[in-house]
Amino acid sequence: MTMSEHTLTPNHPILGRLSWESIPLHEPILVGTFAMVALGGLAFLAVMFKFRLWGPLWKNWITSIDHKRIGIMYMILGIIMLLRGFADALMMRAQQAMAFGDNAGFLPPHHYDQVFTAHGTIMIFFVAMPLVTGLMNYVVPLQIGARDVSFPFLNNFSFWMTTFGGMLTMVSLFVGEFAKTGWLAFPPLSGIMASPDVGVDYYIWSLQIAGVGTTLSGVNLIATIVKMRAPGMDLMKMPVFTWTALCTNALIVATFPILTITLAMLSLDRMVGTNFFTNDLGGNPMLYVNLIWIWGHPEVYILILPVFGVFSEIVSTFSAKRLFGYTSMVYATVVITILSYLVWLHHFFTMGSGASVNSFFGITTMIISIPTGAKIFNWLFTMYKGRIRFDVPMLWTVGFMLTFVIGGMTGVMLAVPPADFVLHNSLFLIAHFHNVIIGGVVFGLFAGMNYWFPKAFGFKLDEFWGKVCFWCWLVGFWVAFTPLYVMGFMGVTRRMNHFEDPSLQIWFVIAAIGALIIAGGIGAFLMQIYVSWRDREKLRDVTGDPWGGRTLEWATSSPPPDYNFAFTPVVHDSDSWADMKAHGYKRPTKGFVDIHMPKNTAAGFIISALAFVMGFALVWQMWALAIVGFVAMMAAIITHTFNYKRDFYIKADEVVRTEEAHTRLLESHV
Amino acid sequence: MSEITANAALSDDPSARYYVADHHPENGTLLGFWLYLMSDCLLFAGLFAAYAVLGRNYAGGPSGAELFELSTIAINTGFLLMSSITYGFAMIASQRKNLKATIIWLGITGLFGMAFLYLEIEEFMHLIHIGAGPQRSAFLTSFFALVGTHGLHVTFGSIWLITLMFQLGKHGLTGENKRRLMCLSMFWHFLDVIWIGVFTFVYLMGVLP
Repeated sequence: MTMSEHTLTPNHPILGRLSWESIPLHEPILVGTFAMVALGGLAFLAVMFKFRLWGPLWKNWITSIDHKRIGIMYMILGIIMLLRGFADALMMRAQQAMAFGDNAGFLPPHHYDQVFTAHGTIMIFFVAMPLVTGLMNYVVPLQIGARDVSFPFLNNFSFWMTTFGGMLTMVSLFVGEFAKTGWLAFPPLSGIMASPDVGVDYYIWSLQIAGVGTTLSGVNLIATIVKMRAPGMDLMKMPVFTWTALCTNALIVATFPILTITLAMLSLDRMVGTNFFTNDLGGNPMLYVNLIWIWGHPEVYILILPVFGVFSEIVSTFSAKRLFGYTSMVYATVVITILSYLVWLHHFFTMGSGASVNSFFGITTMIISIPTGAKIFNWLFTMYKGRIRFDVPMLWTVGFMLTFVIGGMTGVMLAVPPADFVLHNSLFLIAHFHNVIIGGVVFGLFAGMNYWFPKAFGFKLDEFWGKVCFWCWLVGFWVAFTPLYVMGFMGVTRRMNHFEDPSLQIWFVIAAIGALIIAGGIGAFLMQIYVSWRDREKLRDVTGDPWGGRTLEWATSSPPPDYNFAFTPVVHDSDSWADMKAHGYKRPTKGFVDIHMPKNTAAGFIISALAFVMGFALVWQMWALAIVGFVAMMAAIITHTFNYKRDFYIKADEVVRTEEAHTRLLESHV
Repeated sequence: MSEITANAALSDDPSARYYVADHHPENGTLLGFWLYLMSDCLLFAGLFAAYAVLGRNYAGGPSGAELFELSTIAINTGFLLMSSITYGFAMIASQRKNLKATIIWLGITGLFGMAFLYLEIEEFMHLIHIGAGPQRSAFLTSFFALVGTHGLHVTFGSIWLITLMFQLGKHGLTGENKRRLMCLSMFWHFLDVIWIGVFTFVYLMGVLP
């Protein structure tokens, strides 16, 4: 649609910009995808009706305010979205491997551009963020000996906002289109002149809805960690994962509002015709680039810090040793947190800010490698002279250390402004950030999932398929991204739909093979879950402490009871569970009292669903529906505030029953 | 820590030093609300930053010196500052357990808030009417966004205030309602602080040549 058509066609009074032409029936790939999604959806509905699962799903999951169930739902969201984001990756690798010379490949440019935008957006916002938040949600309250988070309702609400944000992105696949701008949607390309279609609006409203959820979940987890730690757990006795979670959530609260306001300004430019980032009437597109990276750079630390915590827990557990350099680990985390706010300009040295500004940001960037290096040495010294067990979580940890160090070194290279002028926007950059995000965040998430899965479900994950998954990812990563480093040095730029130089093709073919090996890793992960579920009796963890853990989450049963701990634990050491075991701690078996717990509520789901309706209406400029959605959302929020009965007591005799069942289970397996 | 040692001393069981039956104190709301306010503060920081960058880009259109009528703004600022004081009186009344006075002071606060909003909308309408709307130049874009976002906050604060007056009438000065009163108090004063920034950086410095 050209600009003139756009302004000439009046919008439908109810449907806004939406019409039959918005449904991409002419795109065979999308029609095929839709057919598969529809079949999958029908199968899901059939199962739900056949086994009458709607009630339990609503009661135990959708309306649940239990941090453990919400954590698990975040993980499921992340894994489902990983499949979507990875399908995009495979399509890009296939396109670039074939589109040489006369061959145009199978993705026309307007589709290819949506694919790489969706890949980045989904992988960061709807894969990495939910998985990291899910781990924090599940583990942090257990590690600090709490029964839930500070604001359990808010937790449910945050989850549903994130999910409905993701759903809005998914809807763009079949109704309209997604942004063609790259994952950060820089203006003027994302402005109304260059992108008059709905793609950028889908991008904006998906992220706005999900961003509210993320910010509030950050507030929630900080308050939880600050206020709800078990007695005796002062800050320097907190488990390292909790420390990293605290820093990450501080970063979330300190940066996501910037994303929100920046996207709000962009949407004002698009919808109202203001001039924040336009080329005329005094607007300044580089203002957007600065603001979005003030959020964007801390964002990568939001992702990596918690997995540093995961690796810290795993290294000390599987080396059967206290973590080396606990204090320096904490300080390193805090230093990274602060520095991450002072480096954003290294994403656009080529803006031309001059030598002094570029030097400042180059140096701050390089300084980050010092605390990060301290962490690597701490992990190595923890392993040194330890009794190391190479279970699956530990394999991921060692794979991470080798891979991540190289990603860090290429990062330091990019931090040198003159080098960056050569490598900016090249495949070298792509290889670098995949090296740290896959080699760091993804490896850490797999390590964490393998490590805490038995806690969440009561049985371990299958070891064989876990190892297949690990080796596929490790080998696949290097096969897929080494060619990108090589081509980056040759000057090949990112986001290309077609190439003329046939000598490059071999490198793209190798990269595509790497992507297929990673696909094998994802398949092995799904297989691992299935096989573990099938063999769950054999893999059962009755002790609650399958790995010889050192922190409080292992002090309770697997899976933990609704109330987590029948008695509030008291902490005397940073490795509190190891300390308890060393002193011959025995579980209390009597003296139980009523436990005060928060009540489930549907409000979070309803408000988020209405936010979704409003977001969809705003994308298509269905003003009437947008107003209805907004008013309904406000009404739902106000109604919720009139609910004063938000808690209940789990009676002591029920606690006794639960605890006795656990005692019997423990005794039967001695 | 004293209760912990006491607990252990009372029992011969070595495990007893590792748990207590007491419930966790749950007093995270005010901290959580502070954190929320700080995130909101960053929202405004983004808008102030945009204004700092774009605020002199008039694109041949009118400047702040030509548009702002400081006398109206001064009255408006007075309304908002008065509303903070009256909210303070509501808090004092609530601490004296005087429900009726609390609700009355909240009502007066709301009236000041609405008077502020009325004058602000009046100002916006006037600017748009004379062709100085948010589309005119980047200066006016960032001006309308910053001042308008503050106005939106005052609007939501007023809706919250009315809701809370109903809830106070229904449930009285319970612990929950006192907590809500305290949160709204922080929100209301926070908007005042933001307005001081707007008044200084946008209006006072805007009329400088």
